[in-house]
Amino acid sequence: MGKPRVATTSLAGCFGCHMSFLDIDERILDLIELVDFDRSPIDDIKHISQRCAIGLVEGGCCNEENVHVLYEFRENCDILISFGDCATMGGIPTLRNNIPLKECIDEAYRDGVTVYNPKNIVPQDPEIPLLLDKVYPCHEVVKIDYFLPGCPPSADCLWAALTALLTDKPVELPYELLKYD
Amino acid sequence: MSDKIKITIDGKAIEAELGQTILEAADAAGIYIPRLCAHKDLLPIGSCRVCTVIVDGRPQASCVKPVMDGMVIENDTEELLQHRRNIIDMMFVEGNHFCMFCEKSGNCELQALAYRFGITAPQYPFQFPEKDVDASHPDILLDHNRCIMCARCVRASQELDGKNVFQSIGRGFDRKIGVNGEKALGDTDMDVNDKAADICPVGCIIKKRVGFETPYGERLYDKEPIGSDIEKGATA
Ligand code: SF4
Ligand code: SF4
Ligand code: SF4
Ligand code: FES
Repeated sequence: MGKPRVATTSLAGCFGCHMSFLDIDERILDLIELVDFDRSPIDDIKHISQRCAIGLVEGGCCNEENVHVLYEFRENCDILISFGDCATMGGIPTLRNNIPLKECIDEAYRDGVTVYNPKNIVPQDPEIPLLLDKVYPCHEVVKIDYFLPGCPPSADCLWAALTALLTDKPVELPYELLKYD
Repeated sequence: MSDKIKITIDGKAIEAELGQTILEAADAAGIYIPRLCAHKDLLPIGSCRVCTVIVDGRPQASCVKPVMDGMVIENDTEELLQHRRNIIDMMFVEGNHFCMFCEKSGNCELQALAYRFGITAPQYPFQFPEKDVDASHPDILLDHNRCIMCARCVRASQELDGKNVFQSIGRGFDRKIGVNGEKALGDTDMDVNDKAADICPVGCIIKKRVGFETPYGERLYDKEPIGSDIEKGATA
């Protein structure tokens, strides 16, 4: 039997959670003994290639592409984990949630003080994913099995959860590792 | 003395005094009952219901329920934990809580209860309500996004400061903390040294220019859960 596969992705997040993941430092060598990485920004594989044991999702859903990627992860991962406040609660991107979408777009492309846009163009290339009305935490879009909050969650928190899962132990974060900041 | 009585909490017999609430008697015996709107310097109002315990088979808010001889109380049960989690979850989704940039983070009682109860994400849909920030006062910020309507500020201003700066206004989902001034907090007689400026369990009433004073790792609830002080030191 091959090693369990792990896929990771960053949706509406800042990559801080992935940076925190890399903060496990030399333990990453232990990790690659235990698992193979599938789709992930770390190896730049674009789509999940085969069934994965664990999917780690950073960021919530702010556009339709985020939703498609999240569906791909849910369909192909046995265990799906929201990691970081953006994934678990929407986080910083949800600051736009009580501002109408049109106002957000106008501020970004038309009215913002640093905007230079003489033709008054709002990007609407089909290549650019459409924004959702609001930013949603992942569990409001698909079923999520575990949540690791924090902005970002500490490397120790991620390590504790991953090693528990990979050794068939319950994922129980010690008190000091459960943080929302 | 005749005012000493006996009650049991989670099967443990403890001594209490007539006139105490269940919460006070538990504190004195080193038993922590989670609470949010209750504060030792304020009269209890029994509004948040986090402190609910089962007294002789019936749910009661322990911060307002006086002890009576022979009461049999349940506190630390799976059912009550779930009930308390639900309340905390609702408070998170009914406000806008961005702990990552909140000055109160690490010292916040709402967050600390969520940590103590092991909440990794609220189970209810987020409401993202529209709330104001009142920065009109020179020394104090009022960020309604984080208010949990515990009315501690209302009581502290009246009971401890002899003022009447805060008041709950509105009903239901639109209920909010109002101020007794022309428009905003800056128009009231609120002073930064008022007791009400220090009483908020969350980051709604925040003193300006002192945020993030304590480093991460050394804040009130970084290492030990809220209530540990009560569990360690029985006061009677
Ligand atoms: S939780 Fe924080 S660190 Fe992680 S993606 Fe969101 S903003 Fe970045
Ligand atoms: S008030 Fe408490 S729960 Fe709300 S954002 Fe601030 S630290 Fe977090
Ligand atoms: S401002 Fe603070 S003390 Fe006042 S009701 Fe809101 S949360 Fe409670
Ligand atoms: S602490 Fe008793 S009801 Fe709030």
